[in-house]
Amino acid sequence: MATPQQPTWDIENFDDWSSADFPLGMTGVETGNGQYYRTGGWRSIRPVWDKEACKDCMLCWINCPDSAIDVEDGKMTGINLDHCKGCGVCVKECRFDALKMVSEHDIAKEA
Amino acid sequence: MNKLIEIRWHARAGQGAVTAAKLVAETALFEDRFMQAMPEYGPERMGAPLKAFTRISDEPIEVYNNIEHPDIVVLLDETLIDVIDITEGMHDDGAVIINTTESPAAMRARLGVPESVAVATIDASGIALNTIKRDIPNTPIVGALTKVRPIVQVESVKGQLQKSFGKKFAQAMIDANLESVQRAYEEVQVG
Amino acid sequence: MAKAEQKTTAATGNAFVAEAYRQVAPDVVCAYPITPQTTIVEEFAKFVAKGKVHTEFVAVESEHSSMSASIGASAAGARTMTATSSQGLAYMWEELHIASGLRLPIIMTNTNRAISAPINIHCDHSDVMGARDTGWVILFAENAQEAYDHTIMSVRIAEENSLPVMPTLDGFITTHSIARAEVLDDESVANFVGEFTPEHAMLAEGKPVTVGGFASLGNAYLEVKKAEREAIDASADSILAIGKEFEELTGRPYAHIEGYGMEDAETAIIILGSSAGNARAVAREMRAEGKKVGVIKIRTYRPFPSKEIAEMVKGCKAIAVLDRAESFGAPAGPLALDTMSALYENNVMVPLRPYIYGLGGADVRLDLIRSVYDDLDKAAAGEPSPGLVYLGAH
Repeated sequence: MATPQQPTWDIENFDDWSSADFPLGMTGVETGNGQYYRTGGWRSIRPVWDKEACKDCMLCWINCPDSAIDVEDGKMTGINLDHCKGCGVCVKECRFDALKMVSEHDIAKEA
Repeated sequence: MNKLIEIRWHARAGQGAVTAAKLVAETALFEDRFMQAMPEYGPERMGAPLKAFTRISDEPIEVYNNIEHPDIVVLLDETLIDVIDITEGMHDDGAVIINTTESPAAMRARLGVPESVAVATIDASGIALNTIKRDIPNTPIVGALTKVRPIVQVESVKGQLQKSFGKKFAQAMIDANLESVQRAYEEVQVG
Repeated sequence: MAKAEQKTTAATGNAFVAEAYRQVAPDVVCAYPITPQTTIVEEFAKFVAKGKVHTEFVAVESEHSSMSASIGASAAGARTMTATSSQGLAYMWEELHIASGLRLPIIMTNTNRAISAPINIHCDHSDVMGARDTGWVILFAENAQEAYDHTIMSVRIAEENSLPVMPTLDGFITTHSIARAEVLDDESVANFVGEFTPEHAMLAEGKPVTVGGFASLGNAYLEVKKAEREAIDASADSILAIGKEFEELTGRPYAHIEGYGMEDAETAIIILGSSAGNARAVAREMRAEGKKVGVIKIRTYRPFPSKEIAEMVKGCKAIAVLDRAESFGAPAGPLALDTMSALYENNVMVPLRPYIYGLGGADVRLDLIRSVYDDLDKAAAGEPSPGLVYLGAH
């Protein structure tokens, strides 16, 4: 799969677009650019990964609705917090207690 | 002829009035004039009375409504006289052409039209049975029409028939149609 | 563009439209039959079957599907045409907005016909008026010649403005009457319409796009709709430019509106479609009698030629607007409402009398039109308007 181009659209600020800024018929002319739309800010709880317990079974990767499980060469490498909305599906699916949900509040307090 | 000529056709569905209305219109175009032909649309029921209209002019035609005051009325089925008023709205110097074996005088009596209206009769069904071998009176009656009111020339009617039938029919069929037009042209009686 | 050789022939309005489709040779035609449109697609399907045109003809199971398939084909990048009428157009209603909202240059002929109930297959403009606010460019043809010409022009109008276009002709009166018209040669039509090169196409190799964007947050919907409004307003000049080019090819001029006798008319009738001919015939007679009457025929109905109409009627003492469709509960029919807005917007205050006529194919008798001019004499003399009048009704 080709790596999508960094969008030339100022998509983060499309609320400021005028009628002339939208592509014809609001056609999406730069496809595959969902990764540049950050949905991580919607989250109030986040999954925390225990690398030691993980068997790289990929169940979380298959089930994640936001493609937020990072994988390289068949091995899990982490969680993409720019896109994870904190739904908890990965924790529910994990058979090895390698993922748990932690509140963002607690994370912020620790930091 | 500069005037707009309006023809109203009366028939029963299936007798070919629409085709006749079209033939006269196409003949006018054959003479490089302006024309229009249309049926009065309704449910298609074989045998039901129907009307069709033809307009001919030397100028472009800009009216598209039904013909209320015809110059010429053509009746393909004489039994319709008892069903509808075929001469309704007709001009006093108009002409009525009827497919019948009766005389113009007899038909005039039945129609009750003023003396100024020409009444013409032709056994178009008989001619069609003799020539085309089918009771399709529409082609021959156009021949009669061109004699009673030379709004288009009979030779143009034949020319148009040859042009439109040329690719689709055998020569014998074309000849039969041309003969039916010529015979009706010669045999029509005006009284 | 040099004038082309043209052939004068006799055929029904629908046959002329089908011939134009064949000459345009669209990539895709998706259609479902409905009286009085049927013979257009029937004739066209014959051309496809005989190999006279290489179009993907998709026989669908309803008008809803015919517009859906047309939207899909057009979004994929195909030059797409279809045709409909009456209930069929009504059934497409939601998708008419999708076609225009996606800015797809679909060309769809509408054969103008009444809407049920009661059941009626004859001409009026109830169907097309129901689509007047859907973002389609709408053209009205008076006769078979205009129907043929508008079909070919529509391809350019649609593609140059990225807007769907609906050329219309009056059901039966124009669709089924045999008329005389001039037809271009195939090559001239092919050159005139040119190749379709869409700005975006789902099937454009290496340039994938997503069609059907989501705009439920913030102002995006408002802005995209504003862009659509700007496009249809801007199409007015483009239509005239395309009309000018078509005139060079055919010798037949195109204008958004055509006036007859308007240089000195004191009273005038504004009208759409085939009845414009009837009105002109009456005006011609009356002008021969020395009466200063005129007719304004509208060819481009959307975008509405407000300025042109206001300019043309500003010297009149009274005008009548004849609508072949209702707008129940409104002060008048749709064309009269549009005209009132046009005059108000341009500060032209001429007494206006609205009429409804010819619904369901009621014959547009010449004496009825004459009675409108008689009414206008009274309006010009200051008699107050009786409001909306049903012409020819008891």
